[in-house]
Amino acid sequence: MGRHVLRRLLQMIPVFVGATLLIFLMVNVMGDPVAGLCGERACDPATAARLRREFGLDQPVWRQYLTYMGKVFTGDFGTAFNGQPVTELMASAFPVTVRLTVVAVLFEVVVGVTLGVVTGLRRGRPVDTGVLLATLVVISVPTFVTGLLLQLLFGIKWQWIRPSVRGGGFDELIVPGLVLASVSLAYVTRLTRTSLAENRRSDYVRTAVAKGLPRHRVVTRHLLRNSLIPVVTFIGTDIGALMGGAIVTERIFNIHGVGYQLYQGILRQNSQTVVGFVTVLVLVFLVANLLVDLLYAVLDPRIRHA
Amino acid sequence: MRRSTHARWATGAAALVLVSAAAGCGSVGAGGNGGAVLSSSWGDPQNPLEPANTNEVQGGKVLDMIFRGLKRYDPRTGEARDWLARSIETRDSRNFTVRLRRGWSFSNGEKVTARSFVDAWNYGASLRNNQKNAYFFGYIDGYDQVHPAAGRQRADTLSGLKVLDDHTFTVRLNQKFSGFPDTLGYAAFAPLPRAFFTDHAAWVRKPVGNGPYAIASYTRGSQMYLRRWDGYPGPDKARNDGVTLLVYTDSNTAYTDLLAGNLDLADDIPAAQLKNVRGDLGDRYLNTPAGILQTLAFPSYDKAWSGPGAEKVRTGLSMAIDRRQITGTIFRGTRTPATDWTSPVLGAAGGYKKGLCGRACDYDPGRARELIEEGGGIPGGRLTLTYNADSGSHRQWVDAVCNSINNALRDERACVGNPVGTFADFREQLGRHRMTGPFRAGWQMDYPLIQNFLQPLYYTGASSNDGAWSNEDFDRLVDRANAETDPARSVALFQRAEEVVRDHMAAIPLWYQNGNAGYSERLSHVALNPFSVPVYNEIRVG
Repeated sequence: MGRHVLRRLLQMIPVFVGATLLIFLMVNVMGDPVAGLCGERACDPATAARLRREFGLDQPVWRQYLTYMGKVFTGDFGTAFNGQPVTELMASAFPVTVRLTVVAVLFEVVVGVTLGVVTGLRRGRPVDTGVLLATLVVISVPTFVTGLLLQLLFGIKWQWIRPSVRGGGFDELIVPGLVLASVSLAYVTRLTRTSLAENRRSDYVRTAVAKGLPRHRVVTRHLLRNSLIPVVTFIGTDIGALMGGAIVTERIFNIHGVGYQLYQGILRQNSQTVVGFVTVLVLVFLVANLLVDLLYAVLDPRIRHA
Repeated sequence: MRRSTHARWATGAAALVLVSAAAGCGSVGAGGNGGAVLSSSWGDPQNPLEPANTNEVQGGKVLDMIFRGLKRYDPRTGEARDWLARSIETRDSRNFTVRLRRGWSFSNGEKVTARSFVDAWNYGASLRNNQKNAYFFGYIDGYDQVHPAAGRQRADTLSGLKVLDDHTFTVRLNQKFSGFPDTLGYAAFAPLPRAFFTDHAAWVRKPVGNGPYAIASYTRGSQMYLRRWDGYPGPDKARNDGVTLLVYTDSNTAYTDLLAGNLDLADDIPAAQLKNVRGDLGDRYLNTPAGILQTLAFPSYDKAWSGPGAEKVRTGLSMAIDRRQITGTIFRGTRTPATDWTSPVLGAAGGYKKGLCGRACDYDPGRARELIEEGGGIPGGRLTLTYNADSGSHRQWVDAVCNSINNALRDERACVGNPVGTFADFREQLGRHRMTGPFRAGWQMDYPLIQNFLQPLYYTGASSNDGAWSNEDFDRLVDRANAETDPARSVALFQRAEEVVRDHMAAIPLWYQNGNAGYSERLSHVALNPFSVPVYNEIRVG
């Protein structure tokens, strides 16, 4: 197990370097960020030159990358155009998005897996058909439509919620979390259902049943443990996707999280913000994937020794 | 039996989630500050909130609430009126003596003196401080030492500024500029307290000014609460207890919040909602002219656009655009077809001249075809119209303008839009003179002067002359207008300069832009000033 963990950790290094380098190059290709700083006129050349030097934009890209990465390891992510350190932006944005992601993942796990189990055990019944149809609808409707619709119904028509999020506490994030989770939730349901239905016919389940084990023990200990492997993979990788993909949901509900900062950063070509946030997101992806792999090993002992 | 237990557990869990969801939703509080405080939509300021560093509306909104300068622009007429200045005198339009009113102070108790202004202006002009509005001080003597275009900074302070006593200072300009006092209402010329210089970081976290409001709390990127400052000595005291500015990521969400009763004032109605806004808000919808003009400029650095006959092509293109139809269908009356190169907010006395453009701004497809043909046709045979697609509704109107041109020229492929992803990229391409055809060139005035609509845009080498247009007659007339001490004669000369712009069609004027806003039933006396910013201090709550 120790070697497995170590190998996975070492694999993360080139992925991290490659991913950050790529995003660094892409942001740089976008053009000169100082050009957009002075409104509908050109910045005067002297100020523009000073700003460029201050943000390190007068250096060749490879050197910018090296200095940047050097600083990142000391926790310095540079300064955004509004004079705020990027770490300060992160400190305000990440907690909100993490809360949103937690809500979304909870929805996926609790509702998604539950529905998956229910339908998986009752294949072909009306419940199964109904849920399948519902997930099909959820998957085919874009997130922003779901979001705007729920905002309109809950926020304006019935006044259950505030249409926009102010503080970003858990209570305010339930509807946005549901919207963010909706598509993945549908996938989790279908994945669990299929995997469960498949494994239900396998030998070890038949053996367990033949041994005379109580039904709930067969389902939870034997059937679920194996059936959830693909589901865990999906949810694990989805955590990163949810954090990065929250742009639409955060915009609709006015949540000042990672999506909002990334959107602003891209709009203003603020390379420090964009690269900083993406670097952290890459780390989140990597850690989530690592956790998935480790969970695999726990769920299926064969993988540890492979 | 086992089977049903399991199902019950599952439905129980699902129900629990839903119940807790509903309970959580119900507990969303109002979160107000009590009293007659109103909430208003806001956008995250792009730059640190320093007067000489703020060049966009959102930051300017705050500066307008917490600062008062030597002059203030009347929220209704746009006229520049003495505010902190008791008098600004000059004999030669070059040397000015500024006398301050007594009894003004910053909200932290410090007195506003001549030094508060001189120090602030020196700070704003200094290259060392990277202030994006530094060029506003460019008329003051010694600017080239404090802010050289290249090389090292040779002085720390502007030689043209001298403090005579606590309430008097003098300004010497490097050229004659009779309109100079009228520019002093711009936020970049605001006074600054000592705290700005001694503890700059703390000041930027929570700016202190001398206006009718003081900042009570500021959470960057999220909200700012401004309370009425009771010690404010000016005549424009706040008529409400305070304003909470809430940052919205999307104007649609702000509008939704306004309809749901969670927001009192939204000052940017999204284009998609313009067709509903009358029905949703009725009289609580404002649509008033602002000092914003949308134009199409040309790359004069490109031989094809500056050679002989190009003027005829440009004029012909202007006549091929059906402004009335576009402003009516796309903008639903929030724009007015332009007939000159300034804005109606200036008023006739300020230099706005309705119809100055004449027939060149009338839709006349027949004449348009003739002129373009006489001028040798569109350079390259095809028009590309460049704009940034990331903000506003530029795409819609650019497509409409192209359609209009295509219809007029009876050529489906005569004009195409050329979207650029971000504003920064658009600005960079402009700066590098990479345009091969006309491009979007919107202009929002800094101060309500005809000079501000002409000089920065068309004077040779001016800061916003992105097409590098150059004309000796125009430059000479502008110089003469600036030197003229009599305001009426100065305006007349600027209008003659504007006629030069028209005769050469340096840029095609499209439409004047309105500011629009909507507000809740709690508010009254809501108005937008000529900069399309709400006049917060006059709003009454309840």
